[in-house]
Amino acid sequence: MATPTLDKEDAKPEAGFADSPYITVTFRIRRFNPEVSADATWEDFQVEIDPKERVLDALHKIKWDMDGSLTFRRSCAHGICGSDAMRINGRNRLACKTLIKDINPSKPISVEPIKGLTVLKDLVVDMDPFFQAYRDVMPFLVTTGNEPTRERLQSPEDRERFDDTTKCILCAACTSSCPVFWNDGQYFGPAAIVNAHRFIFDSRDEAGEQRLEILNDKDGVWRCRTTFNCTDACPRGIEVTKAIQEVKRALITRRF
Amino acid sequence: MKIHKYDTVIVGAGGAGMRAAIEATKRSRTAVLTKLYPTRSHTGAAQGGMAAALANVEEDNWEWHTFDTIKGGDYLVDQDAAEILAKEAIDAVLDLEKMGLPFGRTPKGEIDQRRFGGHSRNHGEAPVRRACYSGDRTGHMILQTLYQNCIKEGVEFFNEFYVLDQLLVEVDGVKKSAGVVAYELATGEIHIFQAKAVVYASGGTGKFFKVTSNAHTLTGDGQAACYRRGLPLEDMEFFQFHPTGIWRMGILLTEGARGEGGILRNKDGERFMEKYAPVMKDLASRDVVSRSIYTEIREGRGCGPEGDHVYLDLTHLPPEQLDAKLPDITEFARTYLGIEPYTDPIPIQPTAHYAMGGIPTNVEGEVLADNTTVVPGLYAAGEVACVSVHGANRLGTNSLLDINVFGKRAGVAAAEYSAKNDFVELPENAEELVVSQVERLRDASGNERVAELRKELQETMDANVMVFRTEQTIKTAVEKIAELRERYLNVSIQDKGRRFNTDLLEAIELGNLLDLAEVMAQSALARKESRGGHYREDFPNRDDVNFMRHTMAYREVGDDGTESIRLDYKPVVQTRYQPMERKY
Repeated sequence: MATPTLDKEDAKPEAGFADSPYITVTFRIRRFNPEVSADATWEDFQVEIDPKERVLDALHKIKWDMDGSLTFRRSCAHGICGSDAMRINGRNRLACKTLIKDINPSKPISVEPIKGLTVLKDLVVDMDPFFQAYRDVMPFLVTTGNEPTRERLQSPEDRERFDDTTKCILCAACTSSCPVFWNDGQYFGPAAIVNAHRFIFDSRDEAGEQRLEILNDKDGVWRCRTTFNCTDACPRGIEVTKAIQEVKRALITRRF
Repeated sequence: MKIHKYDTVIVGAGGAGMRAAIEATKRSRTAVLTKLYPTRSHTGAAQGGMAAALANVEEDNWEWHTFDTIKGGDYLVDQDAAEILAKEAIDAVLDLEKMGLPFGRTPKGEIDQRRFGGHSRNHGEAPVRRACYSGDRTGHMILQTLYQNCIKEGVEFFNEFYVLDQLLVEVDGVKKSAGVVAYELATGEIHIFQAKAVVYASGGTGKFFKVTSNAHTLTGDGQAACYRRGLPLEDMEFFQFHPTGIWRMGILLTEGARGEGGILRNKDGERFMEKYAPVMKDLASRDVVSRSIYTEIREGRGCGPEGDHVYLDLTHLPPEQLDAKLPDITEFARTYLGIEPYTDPIPIQPTAHYAMGGIPTNVEGEVLADNTTVVPGLYAAGEVACVSVHGANRLGTNSLLDINVFGKRAGVAAAEYSAKNDFVELPENAEELVVSQVERLRDASGNERVAELRKELQETMDANVMVFRTEQTIKTAVEKIAELRERYLNVSIQDKGRRFNTDLLEAIELGNLLDLAEVMAQSALARKESRGGHYREDFPNRDDVNFMRHTMAYREVGDDGTESIRLDYKPVVQTRYQPMERKY
């Protein structure tokens, strides 16, 4: 974890670590604890912090030094585990991949739970509906016939075909940025479709038709309004909207 | 309080836990208890690859892999276990491929392989391409693939259930596992899981260091639960410091970067690893490279205004290669350092990475109560366990392998055990220890803060028991840890609620870290030699006469309630390889 150390005053700053004194940043955090009150409120915290640190570092400073009851999920702290998706200045991001300097720390930085999932406490939401949608698209390789003794062969080109959608870390930043999902929690949402894409376009898989039928449902891909919120939100840089479009096209042409 | 009954309970949903769950679910009624959602495990942070002598791209065989593993572990490896690891590696990779893992491919369509530290052709002649990979997110793909197959098999998960106690019951003079006690994060409720077999797969302990590649959640919970119930911990002094963590942050930059041709350079631009490891150079084993980096830094050849790091240079590699093979780590450099790896070298320093030691098991994953006695119904696999296939230093790509080979073995063995055996009756007041622990912390009004104690622990561990150790530094750590343990009794938390009380959880985790740090420091103090990841400046040589043996640490409680650590030793299993001087 990042424990900032200030460069010596006379030292020549190095690339990436230019001289930068601590600054005071206001974090405006959406608080909710049903054990205390049925209403959510905003609470401001003034945090002394190096702006090259992550929003997650600021949340930790608040939790560890000011208010231990502030509650959020986190684990790896570098954008791999998908625990800490939240709405930061109105946009879905991972707190551990967002540097404070990149989101204008001269103004208060707002932090809220992701939308469309039930808030359980502070920044923690109920992830079960999200994982249920994922499970519903059969997110596993389906094959028939005898297994080969060695590996199944797959050309580098065929492997490349679905590479982008294998990056998904199931953080729900995309799904909870989707206006269709906000209005109707029945919609599978972008993350589930991304993971269906990952298997539909895998040359080894034989259940593409089944997955397409699942997504042909009234709550399936056709609900997508191509707003690109999901693509903007994805912390892994997956072209989510493009993947959804490819699934739609596969449904029409039945070629994948 | 709720009581649940399952044939098999698995603690942890990372690679080892889910690999075990896939096997156990097919054979027995199984529950997986995990403090994080399954795909949040730190297995997902593993990058470079998984070793297996597939020989898809050049000549290789499992015997060479066995040798490399034993040599890499500085001969503290149990050789029978290493042989199993290397032999079963091939099926472990093929199993994953059949489960759907999208490995990188050769032009012929086979699984591609790359070079990695310490893996060599014909007993050290030259680096060999043995690591099967999926870009630089192999761990992520393993974790996703295993979770996907858990869904396929209908594995039952209890998410955000935190196991705090291991129930052991003496039946006819034999200590047996009766189940576990867990704390449900969402509600604060205590649950007892009665189980015929329990498998620990709860990961490492890296969070007792400050600069670490480990997740915040890697706090040795499984080790601590077993240790407190009188079970030993093996070889806890051996911790791996990965050479290339992002400077000051510790975020891992894969060894695969050097496997792809990356070079470590000091402030003069010199490729310093040529001096320390003439054959393997930048791909020597991790302990060797980490010590070399700190030697450069100590001798004034470190980079930056404070001379406290060196560079990982990828600038000579074509951008297309970086994009295709190392997309994640190059992005880390851009995100966290603002550095463009196409054109600028990346500042790095060694980062606390992996616990070689842990809960002792045999090759079936059965937990040992002493050097030879098995605890019926108790299993462990992955980083939480010590088989020992990693000895004094783990080779890169052998941990993703370990979780698959021994995760599978433990899952099969546990389920077969539950098929043949009955439940052990729960002890009276089985929840007592956990209830008192939770209530004490929730009601405490002392003036010590969890975050402050944790910070002091991490600082003393970094300063005193990292890459270089001496009797004096270790003693400093031992004293500091004792002070922190004393102060921990006065710790209080602010969140007094029941719902999602992560404040409470962090306090419990700190207690685990303090217990395990003490074991580590005491084990390190007693090992008066240098071997693998344990380097004593006051005893710079390996001493096979006195220390070719595993450390076994036991918690002892005196009649007056005072706690102490008793150290014992266990012989190393040697089959076909005689210890030699280790050169790379």
